[in-house]
Parts: sequence; C-alpha cells; structure tokens
Amino acid sequence: MSEVFTKSMARNIYYGGSVFFIFLFLALTFDTSGKTPERDNHEAITAQVALGKQVWEENNCIGCHTLLGEGAYFAPELGNVYKRFGNSTDAIVGFIKSRPVEGVAGRRSMPQFHLSDEQLEAVAAFLKYVSEIDTAGWPPNIQG
Amino acid sequence: MQYQSQSVAKPYFIAAIGLFIGQILFGLVMGLQYVMGDFLFPEIPFNVARMVHTNLLIVWLLFGFMGSAYFLVPEESERELFSPKLALLLFWIFLIAGALTILGYLLVPYATLADLTGNELLPTMGREFLEQPTITKIGIVIVALGFLFNIGMTILGGRKTVVNLVLLTGLLGLAVFFLFSFYNPVNVVDDKFYWWWVVHLWVEGVWELILGAILAFVLIKVTGVDREVIEKWLYVIIAMSLITGIIGTGHHYYWIGTPEYWQWWGSIFSAMEPIPFFMMTIFAFNMVNRRRRDHPNKAAVLWALGTAVMAFLGAGVWGFMHTLAPVNYYTHGTQITAAHGHMAFYGAYVMIVLTMISYAMPIMRGQKAANMRAQVMEMWSFWLMTVSMVFITLFLTGAGVLQTYLQRYTDDPLPFMVVQDKIEIFYWLREIAGVVFIIGLVLYVISFFVKGNEAKVVADTA
Repeated sequence: MSEVFTKSMARNIYYGGSVFFIFLFLALTFDTSGKTPERDNHEAITAQVALGKQVWEENNCIGCHTLLGEGAYFAPELGNVYKRFGNSTDAIVGFIKSRPVEGVAGRRSMPQFHLSDEQLEAVAAFLKYVSEIDTAGWPPNIQG
Repeated sequence: MQYQSQSVAKPYFIAAIGLFIGQILFGLVMGLQYVMGDFLFPEIPFNVARMVHTNLLIVWLLFGFMGSAYFLVPEESERELFSPKLALLLFWIFLIAGALTILGYLLVPYATLADLTGNELLPTMGREFLEQPTITKIGIVIVALGFLFNIGMTILGGRKTVVNLVLLTGLLGLAVFFLFSFYNPVNVVDDKFYWWWVVHLWVEGVWELILGAILAFVLIKVTGVDREVIEKWLYVIIAMSLITGIIGTGHHYYWIGTPEYWQWWGSIFSAMEPIPFFMMTIFAFNMVNRRRRDHPNKAAVLWALGTAVMAFLGAGVWGFMHTLAPVNYYTHGTQITAAHGHMAFYGAYVMIVLTMISYAMPIMRGQKAANMRAQVMEMWSFWLMTVSMVFITLFLTGAGVLQTYLQRYTDDPLPFMVVQDKIEIFYWLREIAGVVFIIGLVLYVISFFVKGNEAKVVADTA
C-alpha cells in the first residue's frame, strides 16, 4: 500500500467502521425484537411446550437432526416433522417410542431414549409449535 | 526465546495437539457412521460422537489461542508475563474440566449428564456447539477471565503494539460473546437469534481478530518486513472483517422466524465477507515476497501462507457459495454447510494455530527452527492434511449438491433417508480422505521427534 494511505487512516477505518456497524446491528436487533412476535408463534408456548424443549435439549436431538435447518445433518429436518407426519403429534410420539434399543443392522437408527409418556407428548407439542413458526416459506417442500 | 515466561505456551500447545488427535478420531467414527449406520451403536451414537468431535475442536483451538497469546504477548510487550503461575494453574483447570466433560459425554447418556450437572437450574445444554454442562460453561468463563486478566496486565504494563491490542480485543470479544450461551429462552426464534451471537460473532467476527493478530506476529518474525507495513495491513483486514461480518450475521436469520429484511442485509454483507480473507492472502504472499531475511523455519512460512489461502477458500469461497438467500433457500442445512464448515475451520483456525505452534515450538525447545529433516516431515504433514481436507470438502460438496437437488430442488422431492442412500459413494470417498488426513496428523506429531543435523540450521542462521 502506498504512503498516501497511512496506518492511522487504516486504524480509523477499523475503529470507525466497527463502531458504526455494531450500532447498526444493535438497531436491527432492536427492530427485529419488535417484529418477531408477529411470526414466532409465541402464543403456542405452553408449559408443555417448555417441557418439550427441555426434553429436546437434554437428549441432544440437535446432535443428529436439524431444526429449521440448524444442527447436524445425519437425520431428517424436524422443524416441519409435525406437518410431514400428517399434522399428528401421535405419529411423532409413536415414532420415537418404537425405536429399537439395539438399532437396525447396517442402518442409521434413532436411539431408544426411554422417555415417559409426559415427555413424549411434550416433545411432540414442542415440534408442533416449531412447525407453526413463520419461516419465510422454508423448507422448500415437505421433505425438509 | 526472549522471555522465560513465554514457555508456559508449551503445555497449551501439547494439549492442543493431543485433543486435535481425539477430534480427528471421532471424526472418522462419524464418517463411518454415515455409511455404516450401526457402527458402535448404541454405545456411541452419532450425536455423542459429533459432540465430542466439535467440542474437542473448540477446546483445542482455545488451547491454541491461549498458548499463542502466552507466547506472543510477552514478546510484543517486551516484558515477562504478569503471572506464569496463574497461566499454569488455568491450564490444568481447563484441561481437567475439558477432559471430564468429554468423559461425561462418552460414559453416561446425555440426559443423565444434564441431570447430574443440574441443567434444570440454568438450562443451557443441548444446543449445537454449546452442549457443555452449565457448570463447564461457568468454568470456561472463569478460565477466560483469569486468562484475560493475565494477558491484560502484561500488555498494560508493557509496550502496546497493534498486534497486542488486536489480539486482546479479539480475546475479550470471545469471552463477552460466550456469555450469550447462558441465555436460553423457550421461544425458539429468540433462542436461535442469540445463539448466533456466540457462534457467528465468534467465528466470523472476533476470532478473525485473533487470526489476524497471530498471522501478523508470525509474518513480522519470519519475514523481517517493517512492523509499520504489517500493522497497516492488519488494521485494514480486521476492519473489513468486522464491517462485513457483523451485519453478515444476517445470513443466519433467513429461515428461523426473523423478519424477512434479513435476507437483504445478510446476503449483501455476507457476500462481502470473502474480501478480508482475500486481502489476507494478498497480504501474506506480499510480505513473504518482500522478506528481508530468510528465516530458517521454512515450515512456519508454509503454514502461514497455507492459512491465508485455505481460509480464503474455506471461509471465503465456500461461504459465498451458499450465502445468498435465494441459494441458501435450497442449500440451508445440507452437506453444503458441512463442506463449508470443514474447510473454513481447518483453513482459518486450525492452520493459524499450527502456524503459531510451528513457529514457537522450536524456539521453546531452544532452537531457532527445527532441523531440516523434521521440517521436511512437517511439510509433508502440511500437504497431506491440507490436500485431504480439500478432498473432504469436495466430496461433501458433491454430496450436498446432489442432496439439494434430490431433496429440495426437483419437482418430485425424495425423503431425507432415501437421498442419503443415493449419495453414499461421496461419504465413502470422504472417509478415505479422512484416513489420509489422520496419516498426515500422525506424521505431524512424529515430526516433533525427528532428530537431524541441528548445528546446520544454526549455521545457516548465523
């Protein structure tokens, strides 16, 4: 770089640019927090959904699955699983319950987590709640 | 070594390399589970292997960053480290806490670990990369505070250089943004929104400051180019990192229930995120071409140049590939993401830590550079690991393109598992590339023990 562009100019771009964009980011965050409630389906959050999220987290579901596209890519997307399973929480409960303890020979298989009925219902309610968040039309189709 | 206390970096680097080996072993386990679904099932299910793989990566990179700081800061500040004893104490605390956490993942079901560590009191577990029990997270904060105190006091009481201050800013940001890992609302949209304040603002924000500072330090040392020139580059690079990267967070806010204007903010700013990485490449090659001395440590120079190139490819090019909202609509959460993640983490953060280790380790062992035979082996390991990582990325990209097409794009989309079976060949090829990677890593470790003509290197430098 030529001598016309000095180190102190570079430093000013760094400090000025960073501070400006930090504040812009905070302003956008503030605006987002005002607008998200229109899309985030928070009305559906019940004590059961909260328990469902806890079950989801304490069994590390995100270690294999994605939820709204984030997580691991080893097992299907679950943000829309409620819809994929025919808008049925019973189908979700049935699936989780029926996983074989020893897995399936040669195939990927979800572990058997030995969840109680209350936990099963809760995690299904949680997945139903997530499926009704307005995600700007994602995923492109029901396969997730 | 100019200052005795720089040697506290050594255990940090050794631990980093040890955990790196563990990370790769579990990577190979996961790679195999992709094609042999019942491998180690139910003893080590995929989610456990992945947690170990990603958490070991984070922990060993943190060891690497801390070791780099302990080596670099005294030399830049022109004084001894504030407290070498504190640095050693924190080393053992961090290592033991890290080991216990990994053992917890492996030995008991995750739900039991959550129960044992009282997750219900302050639930923070079970989110990607932040799987650590809450008590481990608190431990990380304590270690980070002690570390920042030690480094900060050293810098405050010594010469303040741009490298020092940028590094300190990066490390401070690392600690501050980690605090968001304690915020875990039930509302999934809010949870995800602030989860990225840890994950994105780390790897596409403050970690780039750490990367820039370490690279600048090594380049000053191995090229002898005037510090003023290098510091000017450093300022411009990190300015561009933050200018593009902070609003670039928006590329994670397309499909998680946040307002749709993020598709514009995220696309435009993250499309510019390759710029600082490209500048870094130009910078590194320029400095090496304008070098005023031929440093005997050829391996360190190779790592430094490699970092610049691979960070640009992995973070820059592979990031850009799927960052625009209309593209990301189809690729979000597919093997494309995995491909990008692998080359970006290797190219930017793994390689910068290995650059620093390559430069500092011989000095801490009383030589200016390792003997030529050891360096040749280290350079072999560089090429084996780097080329195999390129292939891992290409194979995952192949898998991702097909997955995106078959599952997302075609008129007749297929279910996830059907698609996974169809793209199996790419997973096999990725696993083979992974085996080559670990061969490279084994050579890397061996290179520290290769004996040669030490006197010759000294003679060359004289």
